[in-house]
Amino acid sequence: MRWIGDNLGLIWEQLREHIYLAIIPVILGLIISVPLGYVATRYSWLANPLIAFGGLLYSLPSIALFIVIPALLGTKVLSTINIIIALTLYTVSLLIRNVIDGLRSVPPDVRQSAIAVGYGPLHRLVAVDLPIAVPVIFAGLRVVTVANISMVSVGAVIGIGGLGELFTLGFQKDFLTPVVVGVVLSLALALVADLILVSLQRVLTPWARVSTPVVEVA
Amino acid sequence: MWQYLTDSYNWSGNEGIWARILQHLWYTFAALGLSVVIALPIGLRIGHTRRGAFLAINLGNAARALPSLGLLMIAVLLTNQIGFLPVLIALVALGIPPILASTYAGLSGVDPATIDAARGMGMTGREILTKVEIPIGLPLIISGIRSATLQIVSTATIAALVSLGGLGRYVVDGLKLRDFPQMFTGALLVALLAIVLDAVFALIGRITVSEGLKIG
Repeated sequence: MRWIGDNLGLIWEQLREHIYLAIIPVILGLIISVPLGYVATRYSWLANPLIAFGGLLYSLPSIALFIVIPALLGTKVLSTINIIIALTLYTVSLLIRNVIDGLRSVPPDVRQSAIAVGYGPLHRLVAVDLPIAVPVIFAGLRVVTVANISMVSVGAVIGIGGLGELFTLGFQKDFLTPVVVGVVLSLALALVADLILVSLQRVLTPWARVSTPVVEVA
Repeated sequence: MWQYLTDSYNWSGNEGIWARILQHLWYTFAALGLSVVIALPIGLRIGHTRRGAFLAINLGNAARALPSLGLLMIAVLLTNQIGFLPVLIALVALGIPPILASTYAGLSGVDPATIDAARGMGMTGREILTKVEIPIGLPLIISGIRSATLQIVSTATIAALVSLGGLGRYVVDGLKLRDFPQMFTGALLVALLAIVLDAVFALIGRITVSEGLKIG
């Protein structure tokens, strides 16, 4: 317990790095997946190869990706950018399926009504298709956010890992407290992030909150 | 990197690439086997009786948030030793949740009408489980074992941090010596191993899943 009090500064700093390393890739991944998924629904032959490639990419061990990326891109091996790129790749590889499924879940009559009242392609995507796809996209977003938060720690093996560095520290000093603190904070972070996403989804889909079904006027 | 990979000296011997791959596979399958032995019966029981579903669902979700490296370190510090035992404990702890959760999901996805029909034909509970529920739930059960395998393969790499062998040695030793080609070699081999194992499970899935489920 004393260790915690003495090292609050360190813990706080690693926590902040952890949040940064986990969240930036989720945002970048979302920004990449949505247009990519949109293109894949327009040119449907692209969808299956993209999903299959994503599945393959997601099966690669994170530690391998953290190290292979600098070899491929020429970035420095011990740089945070590798973690960001690797986790962004994971995010895209998982999210692309949800974006495609989500956009496909838009009922054709809704799409046609939007076209009929004069929505252009971009306006329709933003105002009609994406809002309807929100639940499916958010399902993927929740999985990938939680996975990212736990994966950041692996970066500690190569010296950049947010809370993961508390794990290696505890191991080197043969001291359990930092490891437990790291695990607990990592779990708490995942829980909080998940709750934020759930609330965000509720805010973005106000129609889903209607508990009693709207009575249809015959 | 190619130089490292194509140098035959690096491939043979006790610390050669083949030996490392075999070690890695040994950790993986030992942990996977133990995870299946523990998680499968529990998952089947929960799926068959529908009791404890809450546990199965939430365990699967919570486990995704568990940092594998932290788990490994806790296992090392609690068992107070480095080596195979703490690694096995950590790997099994990572392997159980996906298998448990998807076994339950596979069984609970079986249409109740199908089970009623089986019961109507006079099948006992055990027959329903082995002849109806397991075959129908098999695709999901295998996909659970598949994701457990991927988790375990990639975490077995980290085992080198606590002085175990396997492909992670290249990563950890390479990092210590600033020998980056060696690191890349290790990382690349782990990635290849993961892809191969994933393909093997995809194949097993294709072979074992009942023909009747593939229609439609």
